[in-house]
Amino acid sequence: MKKPIISLDSITFRYPNSVHDVLKQVSFSIHEGEWVAIVGHNGSGKSTLAKLINGLYFPENGEIHIAGIKLDNSTVWDTRKHIGMVFQNPDNQFVGTTVQDDVAFGLENHGVPYEDMVKRVIGALKQVKMDDFLNQEPHHLSGGQKQRVAIASVLALRPDIIILDEATSMLDPHGREEIISLVRQLKEVQGLTVLSITHDLEEAAKADRIIVMNDGEVFQTGTPDEIFKLGDELVKLGLDLPFPIKMANTFKEQGVPLQGQYLTEEELVIELWTSHFKK
Amino acid sequence: MDISLQKVEYRYAAGSPFEKLAIEDVSFSVPSGQYVAIIGHTGSGKSTVLQHLNALLKPTAGSVVIGDRTVRAGRKEKELKSIRQKVGIVFQFPEQQLFEETVLKDICYGPMNFGVSEEEAKNRAEYWIEEVGLSREILNQSPFDLSGGQMRRVAIAGVLAMQPDLIVLDEPTAGLDPRGRKEMMDMFYRLHKERNLSMILVTHSMEDASVYADKIVIMHKGKKVHEGTPREIFADAEKLKQWDLSVPEVVHFQRLLEHKTGILFPVVCLTMEELVAQWKQLSGGHPL
Repeated sequence: MKKPIISLDSITFRYPNSVHDVLKQVSFSIHEGEWVAIVGHNGSGKSTLAKLINGLYFPENGEIHIAGIKLDNSTVWDTRKHIGMVFQNPDNQFVGTTVQDDVAFGLENHGVPYEDMVKRVIGALKQVKMDDFLNQEPHHLSGGQKQRVAIASVLALRPDIIILDEATSMLDPHGREEIISLVRQLKEVQGLTVLSITHDLEEAAKADRIIVMNDGEVFQTGTPDEIFKLGDELVKLGLDLPFPIKMANTFKEQGVPLQGQYLTEEELVIELWTSHFKK
Repeated sequence: MDISLQKVEYRYAAGSPFEKLAIEDVSFSVPSGQYVAIIGHTGSGKSTVLQHLNALLKPTAGSVVIGDRTVRAGRKEKELKSIRQKVGIVFQFPEQQLFEETVLKDICYGPMNFGVSEEEAKNRAEYWIEEVGLSREILNQSPFDLSGGQMRRVAIAGVLAMQPDLIVLDEPTAGLDPRGRKEMMDMFYRLHKERNLSMILVTHSMEDASVYADKIVIMHKGKKVHEGTPREIFADAEKLKQWDLSVPEVVHFQRLLEHKTGILFPVVCLTMEELVAQWKQLSGGHPL
């Protein structure tokens, strides 16, 4: 039985000066080595969840446990050691004057010896394919390159949990794929736990499990297959369906009869092909 | 207002040890009223091109023609204000540029900088706030009390209130949820159609480029490598691959379907509806 590394129990939260709760009685747990995607419309509370898990805010009610430690004012520095966070806009997280300085910054703060630091910086930048840019100034990089450096900075600290808060939303499709396959590799090889917060259902489809948030509540939890069966309900929540499902729906709307649900393009193509040649 | 780039080159930190060639020999034009998408892999020079469109950067070689003005390399340019008033740039995450106490003041800031009277600026703010899908009541609130999506609309209203002839959009929907994304892209398209506004969209989304643009310009490693209508551009997936670009999902699906069934479509379909219509015609002889 896998053990939970992040667990939330009946979390309620509202921002200072706000009149309504952003999170209402939210409970879930994430197991060691699991990749969980949290999806939801803008304002559904998913980014707030990330901030609570990293102890940037504390819940009004309920408890959060990270790696067995109950998260509160006195333990927040311990729990943060387990977590690396990558935000949407890397411009907000650059401190170094060169790419390698930037990755080294977090390590210096943790008192990592110089020799080890050099290895870790280069190793992390290699993992994100930015090792050709060691002495570049971060603000001269394009958005996608910056984000890869931000991910390297987190990887260099070797956390157990990595939280990606819309971290791929500024990358081009190619860059996004690269980061997603990198994340998968980190998860599989190093047993990293991944929590990705995203609008992108194609990205969420790669996760082990999806949590759908709506107006501060957990709307549904399940495997990607189970979640995508919700169909139009997801659209009503401001989300989008994966392409094969939308494509099949268009065929049906235009009077082309199709059976069942198709989660991959291949499945849909085969159905069209066989029905076409059926006499 | 027509815009054209003529053999534009730009070197960052020219003449210093940190000199870096960002774009070279880039030429293309945006005739008045056209919707042009610029696509390219991360680091291809799209953002550098964009900053030339209202003279935020001046070319280190070549020239940029913006209406009746020409910004030429090596020539000191006076009075750039008139250029900047004609070209409104919506940068990535424009909500980060909000700074005033109220939404009204924030929207008025741009137009008043260009010499519009306070009264006229207020009229424009009241008009544009509704055009971007927000209510007038919001005008007296602090922009920082709004949601991210609302803040972005306010920032866009501020650009529109300057009444530019050309709008440049740099990844305008980044970070929005799918519904918000569609609403925003549809809003820009409506403005483009209703007012004959020229548009330049810098995007990673092949879907948006194919659905909204009249013309697509492809940037790769600082050069313009290709230009054409969406149908021309997306007909050749192999060619796009060499620039690290892909085709829209619907085109990918069409190719898969053609490959599997051996039935070739006469055209590249850019929407799902088009593809279904073609499929029905092609398979018409057989009962489905």
